[in-house]
Amino acid sequence: MKIKLNVWRQPSSEASGRFEPHTVENVSQHMSFLEMLDVLNEQLVLEGKDPVAFDHDCREGICGSCGFTINGIAHGPEAGTTVCQLHMRKFKDGDELWLEPWRAAAFPVLRDLIVDRTGFDSIVEAGGYISVRTGSAPDANSIPISKESSDSAFDAAACIGCGACVAACPNASAMLFTSAKASHLGLLPQGQPERWRRTQSMVEVMEEIGFGHCTNHRECEAVCPKEISVDFIARLNRDYIQASLGRGSK
Amino acid sequence: MSRLLSFYKTSIGKKVVMAVTGIALLGFVMGHLLGNLQVYLGPEKLNAYAQLLHDNAGLLWVARIGLLVALILHVHAAVRLTQQRRRCRPVSYQKPGHVQADYASRTMMWSGPLILAFVLYHLAHLTFGTVHHDFEAKDVYHNVVAGFQVPWVAGLYILAMVGLGFHLYHGIWSFFQTLGLNHPRWNALRRYLSIALALGIVVGNVSIPLAVLTGLVS
Ligand code: HEM
Ligand code: SF4
Ligand code: FES
Repeated sequence: MKIKLNVWRQPSSEASGRFEPHTVENVSQHMSFLEMLDVLNEQLVLEGKDPVAFDHDCREGICGSCGFTINGIAHGPEAGTTVCQLHMRKFKDGDELWLEPWRAAAFPVLRDLIVDRTGFDSIVEAGGYISVRTGSAPDANSIPISKESSDSAFDAAACIGCGACVAACPNASAMLFTSAKASHLGLLPQGQPERWRRTQSMVEVMEEIGFGHCTNHRECEAVCPKEISVDFIARLNRDYIQASLGRGSK
Repeated sequence: MSRLLSFYKTSIGKKVVMAVTGIALLGFVMGHLLGNLQVYLGPEKLNAYAQLLHDNAGLLWVARIGLLVALILHVHAAVRLTQQRRRCRPVSYQKPGHVQADYASRTMMWSGPLILAFVLYHLAHLTFGTVHHDFEAKDVYHNVVAGFQVPWVAGLYILAMVGLGFHLYHGIWSFFQTLGLNHPRWNALRRYLSIALALGIVVGNVSIPLAVLTGLVS
């Protein structure tokens, strides 16, 4: 099949960007979206042009490196999928697609489709950990955890930090990411001692970096490749209210 | 107090204030609707109800000031958060798209100001009578009926109520999220509640100008 692309090209954070039209012929429907871009890049290199810069690593949907918007939808039209796991059979011969980088003040464009997601690392550094003495792994089942809590903590822990939630949010909010990171610890017994402090610092850093507020549009949940639920955002709100005004406030 | 102020500085704090003030305003809107529906019981009942409110001037003013404060806080937070959004997404998508954000959630900053403009007009129309063509102080029933016999005035009220319906359809669902009121067992009920309340408020209020226009109430 033949795919028409309009790819966002931007040489650096300071430079201005624009869409560049390209056509990729003979695309196999079994290719992933990134493999289709590999074909485009080989074509560009042969023509002596700059290849399109995009982030990727595992290409199996687990590392969180890849991501850009396809026709305005983060990670493209298929729900619960990263662009590396999105296959060309989801598109039709002759489709015209617009590729843009995540757009948020907190995620400056580095080049073309690559953005700087250091902001996410800062949120995790602010509290996404448990301060314990390290040593050998504890015995299984030495700390009883209910099935509901462990399932829910696991759902939150599935976040791969791709940034699609921020990209899709009309307010560039990082609430889904932050709530997933805070919840997967806050739901477990090991996370209790630092629960309120963690919530407060993670939210404060999230705001400082320049992520936006949540207006409950639920766009984040719709594009999240791990289908993380906005229920975690409600949980973060609840914990933040308690941490700031109720017990546990400084 | 300083704890409250630093809470309000964060976006979650502003959203919580919007939710709490939104609930207070929603309470008023529901109470006001129940009062309004007495128009169907005839002039004596409605005017007696209006008199009852005025006889309790102290309480009436406490409620009015409370609502005014709630409205100011609600609008202040809305404006500050809208400014924050512009800072957080300085470059917009050239090809924007959305998946499940509904029409009501995307237009809160349209339906909100529409309500505000309507409230000002409504006060000038039926409370102070300054923009009413035939205002009789103390005769609320007459003012309502005469007011709505002007088709464009009735149309304006109907339009504003539809806007309020959209605002509440999203707002009621949204405040549960904002205040962290969620539980797997009744999460789905939040959507039904927002539909039921928003629809009830729109239908109840819109029925009054329609009843006047069609001559059912005269
Ligand atoms: C009778 C008047 C009003 C009522 C009953 C009302 C009710 C509500 C409720 C219940 C919410 C949900 C709060 C939350 O998201 O947690 C809300 C949100 C909101 N309201 Fe109002 N409101 C009123 C007037 C206004 C006005 C006058 C404006 C603007 C000038 C406004 C702008 C907004 C905005 C922008 C939101 C935020 C939506 C979001 O973040 O999802 N509202 N309102
Ligand atoms: S919450 Fe989902 S969309 Fe957001 S960073 Fe994590 S995996 Fe990506
Ligand atoms: S490249 Fe690892 S998730 Fe896509």
